[in-house]
Amino acid sequence: MTAQPNPPSLFSENSKPNGLPFYGVPTRPLYWSVRRELWENRSLYMAPLIVAGVQVFGFAISAIGLAERRRAALALGDLVKLRAGMEQPYDIAAMMTIFTVFVVGVFYCLDALHSERRDRSILFWKSLPVSDLTTVLSKVIVPLVVLPLISFALAVCVQLSMVLETSVALISHGMSPATTWTFIPFFQDWLVLLYGLAALSLWHAPIYSWLLLVSGWARRATFLWAVLPFIAIQIIEKIAFGTAHFSAFLGHRLMGFAPHAFGFHGEAHPTIESLSQLTPGKYLSSPDLWLGLLVAAAFLAAAVRLRRYRGPI
Amino acid sequence: MPCIEARGLRKAYGSTIALDGVDLRVEEGRILGLIGPNGAGKTTALDAILGLTPYEGQLTVLGRDPWSARDELMRDVSFIADVAVMPRWMRVSQALDYVAGVHPRFDRAKAEGFLSRTTIKRTSKVRELSKGMVAQLHLALVMAIDAKLLVLDEPTLGLDILFRKQFYDSLLNDYFDKSRTIIVTTHQVEEIQDVLTDLMFIDRGRIVLECSMEEFESRYLEVMVNPEHLAEAKALKPIHERPVFGRSVLLFDGVPREQLAVLGEVRRPSIADLFVATMGSTQSAIRNLKSETGQS
Repeated sequence: MTAQPNPPSLFSENSKPNGLPFYGVPTRPLYWSVRRELWENRSLYMAPLIVAGVQVFGFAISAIGLAERRRAALALGDLVKLRAGMEQPYDIAAMMTIFTVFVVGVFYCLDALHSERRDRSILFWKSLPVSDLTTVLSKVIVPLVVLPLISFALAVCVQLSMVLETSVALISHGMSPATTWTFIPFFQDWLVLLYGLAALSLWHAPIYSWLLLVSGWARRATFLWAVLPFIAIQIIEKIAFGTAHFSAFLGHRLMGFAPHAFGFHGEAHPTIESLSQLTPGKYLSSPDLWLGLLVAAAFLAAAVRLRRYRGPI
Repeated sequence: MPCIEARGLRKAYGSTIALDGVDLRVEEGRILGLIGPNGAGKTTALDAILGLTPYEGQLTVLGRDPWSARDELMRDVSFIADVAVMPRWMRVSQALDYVAGVHPRFDRAKAEGFLSRTTIKRTSKVRELSKGMVAQLHLALVMAIDAKLLVLDEPTLGLDILFRKQFYDSLLNDYFDKSRTIIVTTHQVEEIQDVLTDLMFIDRGRIVLECSMEEFESRYLEVMVNPEHLAEAKALKPIHERPVFGRSVLLFDGVPREQLAVLGEVRRPSIADLFVATMGSTQSAIRNLKSETGQS
C-alpha cells in the first residue's frame, strides 16, 4: 500500500509530506508581521492589562461600602440619579482603558520604525521578502485595529468583573443585585463602546501615522521631534497674533470625533442613552474625517518611501 | 545569464565617492570573495546589489533591477549583512515561525535539522544566545532558504576560529551547489582562500583585481629568494617584495614556475599577500589589512 501524501492545506504549513519543501504554501507576510509586533512589544497588552487589574482591584475596595450606599440611594427613590450614579464607574473604567491604550499606541508608534534601526535588526527584516509597504502597514494596524480590540476586550472584562464584585457585595448584605443588572444596559454600552472605538481609531489615524513617520525619520529623540513642531506653532501663533486657532485644531483632532459620531442632546449632556444616538452616516460623511484619513495616507506613504532608504542608525 | 552584472556602477555620499564606475560580472554557481580595506566600497557595492541603496549606472541581479524590483528579488536572494542583526527580543521558535510565514522558499524542516546539530534551544531568546550561536541560528535560517544568490557581509566578524571554520564548512557542505551563487566579504582572508572560486579586490570604489582562483594559482607565485639570486630575481620585475627572517620574499605575476624555482623556494601566495601587493601604493591599506588579519 502506498501512502498518499496529504494535499497541502491552505492554512497549515505542517502538511509538507515528509518534510520535503513545498513551495506552493502561501505566505502571509502581513499577518505574521502583525504577530511579530505583538511578540516584540508585549507592553501593547501588558500595560492595558495592568491598568485593568488596578481598576478591578480599586473597584473591589469601593464595593465594601456599596450595599449601604445602594440602600440609601434606593430609599431616596430618584431612579434617574441612581442609574447615572451606577453607570458612572463603568463609563470611567471604559474611558481609562481607552486612554491607556491611546498612550500605549503613541509610544508604540514613536518606537516602531526607530527600534529596528537602533538595534540593526532592520537588516534582518530587509533580508526577507516583506515589502516596506507591508511592514509599515503592519505597524499602523497595531494602533488602528489591534489596540482598539484589546481595549474593547479589556473594558468588557473589567466591567464584567465590576458587576461580579457589585453582585457579591450586594448579595452578601442580603440585597438583590438585580438593580445593577437591569439598570445598566451592558450590551448596548458594549455596542456603543465598539462603535466609539472604531470612530476614534479612524479619527486618530493621522496622529498615529505622523508618529510612525517621525519614528522612521528621526535619528534620536522621536518624541521631541513629533511633538515640538506643534508646540512651536502654538507658541508662535500666540505671540504673533494672540490667537489660539492651532490649539483648537489640535484639540479637535484629539477629541473632535464625538460630535460627529454621536448625536448628543445638547452640549451640556454628552451622554448616550439609546443606540439611535449613534450617527455613523453623519460621521462617515464628515469632511474632517476624510481629510484626516487623507493626511494619514500621505504620512504613511512617506513612511514607506523613507524606509526604503533607511538602514541602521 | 550572469547572476550579477554591473556597468559603470557609481554611488556618491555627498562629496565622498563610494563606488567609482564599477564593472563586474558574476556567473551563476560561483563563490566570490570581495576583498578590500575599510571604506573601499565593499558594503556599498553589496547594498546596491541587495537593493538597499539607490545607485547610478546599470545593475542587474538575477535579471532584475535590484532597486526598483527589490520586493520580488528578495524571494531569490538572501543575505547576512553583518553579525548580530537578529532581533534580540525574538525567540528561536518565533524566528522559525516568522520566516516560515513570510518566505515562500523557506524549508522549515531543513532549518530545524540544522538547529538540531547545535545546542540552541527553541525557547531561547536571541539575547540569551552567545554571539556564535546567533550566527549559527542566522545561518540555519538562511541555509534553509532556497535562494539563488546569498550575500554574506562579514558574517563571522568577532567569532572565534572554531565557529568561523564551522560556518564556512556548513556553507560549503550543506548549502552550496552549482546553481547557487555566493558573495562573501571578510577581513579574515586566509580562512576563505580554499572556499572561493573567484576573487575580487576593491579599493577606493574601484575594482583593482578580478580573477578566478585557478587563474590566481597559475598566475601568482611567491619565491623566498636565496640572497645570491636577489639581483637576478628582481630583474624579473616582482610586483611586491617583503622581508622574512632576513631574506626577501618576492611576489611574481605571470612568471613561469620553472624560471622561479632556480631562484629559491617557490610557493603559492596567500590572498592576503597579493592583497598587500596590489594595495601596495596605499600605506594605509597595508596598515589596515595587517591590523585586521592580525586579529585572527
